[in-house]
Amino acid sequence: MSGTMKSARQYRWARHVSRAGIYMALLVASAFYLLPVYVLMVTGLKSYAEANLAQMWHLPSAPSLESFLRAFEQLRPHFRNSFYLTIPATLLSSLLGSVNGYVLSKWRFRGSEVLFPVMLFGMFIPYQSILIPLVQVLQKVNAAADALHIPAALRWLVPGYGSITGLAFVHIVYGIPITTLIFRNYYATVPNELVEAAKIDGANIFKVYRWVLFPLSMPAFAVVMIWQFTSIWNEFLFAVILTQNPAIRPVTVALYNLAGSYIVEWNVQMAGALLAALPTLLVYIFLGRFFMRGLLAGALKG
Amino acid sequence: MRRLSWDRVIAILLLLPSILAIAIFVYGFIAWSGWVSLSNWDGLRPDLSWAGFVNYAKLFANPRFQIDLRNTVVFTVLFLGACIVLGLGVAILLDQGIRGENFFRSLFLFPMAISFIVTGVTWRWLLAPGDPATGRLTGINVLLNAVGLPLSQWYTDPTVIHIQPTSAVGQFLQQIGLGFLTTPNFGIPLAMFSIVIAATWQMSGYVMAMYLAGLRGIPEEMREAARVDGASEWQVYRHIVFPLLRPVTLSVVIVLGHISLKIFDLVAAMSKKGPGFATDVPAYFMFETTFQGDHYSEGASIAIFLLVTVSLLVVPYLIYSTRREAEV
Repeated sequence: MSGTMKSARQYRWARHVSRAGIYMALLVASAFYLLPVYVLMVTGLKSYAEANLAQMWHLPSAPSLESFLRAFEQLRPHFRNSFYLTIPATLLSSLLGSVNGYVLSKWRFRGSEVLFPVMLFGMFIPYQSILIPLVQVLQKVNAAADALHIPAALRWLVPGYGSITGLAFVHIVYGIPITTLIFRNYYATVPNELVEAAKIDGANIFKVYRWVLFPLSMPAFAVVMIWQFTSIWNEFLFAVILTQNPAIRPVTVALYNLAGSYIVEWNVQMAGALLAALPTLLVYIFLGRFFMRGLLAGALKG
Repeated sequence: MRRLSWDRVIAILLLLPSILAIAIFVYGFIAWSGWVSLSNWDGLRPDLSWAGFVNYAKLFANPRFQIDLRNTVVFTVLFLGACIVLGLGVAILLDQGIRGENFFRSLFLFPMAISFIVTGVTWRWLLAPGDPATGRLTGINVLLNAVGLPLSQWYTDPTVIHIQPTSAVGQFLQQIGLGFLTTPNFGIPLAMFSIVIAATWQMSGYVMAMYLAGLRGIPEEMREAARVDGASEWQVYRHIVFPLLRPVTLSVVIVLGHISLKIFDLVAAMSKKGPGFATDVPAYFMFETTFQGDHYSEGASIAIFLLVTVSLLVVPYLIYSTRREAEV
C-alpha cells in the first residue's frame, strides 16, 4: 500500500487536473445544447438584408427586431388559438386526473388494481392507431349538432371535428392516463389514517376530498398542470389532423406550415420557432422543478 | 355503515366517465382501426367490407414499408445508443460534486420543454448542407469546413451504406444463402444521422435526469467501502454503480424505445420522407397514406403494426411495474 501511496501534493494536483477535465467536458456538452439557441437568437435579430444562410454564424451588425415582428405578425392568431386550446384543456384534465387519482388511491374497489394499468396503456399507444375512428366520430358530432339545430352562439361548445373545443376534448381524453398516474402516486403518499379519521368524523367521499386531500394537492396540481400545458402546447399530430381550417390552427401547426412555405424567409422561420417555444420555455425557466417531477413520473415510478 | 357503501358507489360513479372514455377512445377505437385494416376501404367513402389480411400482405411487400422498417431499426439503435452514452456520461460528470450543477442540469434538460416541431425546424436549417459544388456552404457545414473536417450532405444524402455484393464478405454471404443481407434494405441510410442528432439534442437531457436520480439513490457508503477495499474509480463504477443503474437503463430503453417507434413530428418538420425514403418512418408513411392519400385500410394496417410493436415493448413493462408495486 505504501509503495503506491501518492504524496499529498501529487494527489491535489491530480484532483485539479481531473476537475478541469470535468468542466471542459461539461462546457463542450453545453455548446452542443446551446448551438441552436445561438443561431435562433442571432438570426432572429438580423434584418432581412443581412440574413444570409452562408453567414448563419455571424453576429448581427445592427440588431433589429424586424424578423421577430414579421414572425409574430404571422403567428399571432395561432398563439391565441393555442392559448384557447391549452388553458381550458389543462385545467379540466388536471381536475379529472385529481378525482381519478383520489378514487384509485383512497377508494380502491375490487378490480381497481387491474383497471389502473389498463388505463395507463392509453398513454403509450401510437395515436395513429385511433386517428381514423377519431376523425369519423368527431365528424359525426358535428352532424349531430347540425341535426339538433344547436344555435350558432353555442356552436363553439360542440367538441366536433375542426374546432378548438374538439381538439381540447381530445387532449383531455388522452390526458387521462398521465394525469391519473401522477395524482394517484401523489395521493398514495398521503397517510390513510387522515382519510379514516375524517370518515369517523362523519365526512362523506366529497368532504374527504374537499377538506383532506384537495388542500394537500397543490404540489401535484403544479406538476400536472405544467406537464399538460407543455404537452398540449407542443402537440402536433392531433392538431394537424383535426384542424383543416387554417383559422383555428394552433401555433405548432402554423409554424410547420410557415417552415414548409418557400415564400417565407428562413430568418422569419427561425424567429417564429423561437416565439413558438417561448411560452413553454418560460414555464420551464421559472417552474422547472415541477417540470422535472412530471418528467420522472412519466417513467412510471410506482 | 350504510353511508359508507353509498360512498363506494359514488367512487365508482366518479371514475365512470374516465373509464368509459378510455374504453371507447382507446380500446374501442383500436378495435375499429383493426377492423378498418381488414377492410376494403380505399378512398374517401368508408367501405368496411371484409378483405382479410390483404392490406398487411401488401404492406410488407411494399418497398417503401421495407425501407421504413430498416429506418426504424437504424434510428432506434443509434438514438438509444447516443442518448444513453451522452445522458449517462453527463450524469456521471454532474455527480462529481461540481460547482454550478443546477445550472448545467437545467441547461441540458431545457430542450425537453420544446416542441419537436421547433426542434425540427431549427435543426433543418442548422443541417442544411448548402452546395459544396459551388462552395456556398450553410449551417454546420460552415463550421466543419472552417476546422477542416469532412462535410456531410446531412438529411439530403441518399447514400445507404451496406455490404457490397461484390466484396469478399458479400460473396461469402451469397454462397451461404444470406445474399439478402447485401441489399440496401440491410444498410444504414446516412440521412438518418441528422434525425438522430436532433432527437438526441432533445431527449438526452431526460436520460441524464433519470440517471442522475439513479446515481443519487446509490448510498455513498457503498462506493466508499469499495474504495477502502482498494478498488479503482473505474472498478467502483464497473462493479457497483453500473449494476445498480440497470433498472434505470430498463426504464430509459422502454420510454425512449417507444418514442422512437412512434417518431413522427420531428421527421415531418425536418426532412419528411427524405431522398429515396432515406428518412421515412412508419408513422409518417401512415400519415401520408391515410390523410393525404385517402388509402384508409392501408393506413390502418400501418397504425396497427405500430401499435403491436409499441405494445410488445410497453405491456410487459406495465405488468412488471404494477406487480412490483403490489408486492411493496
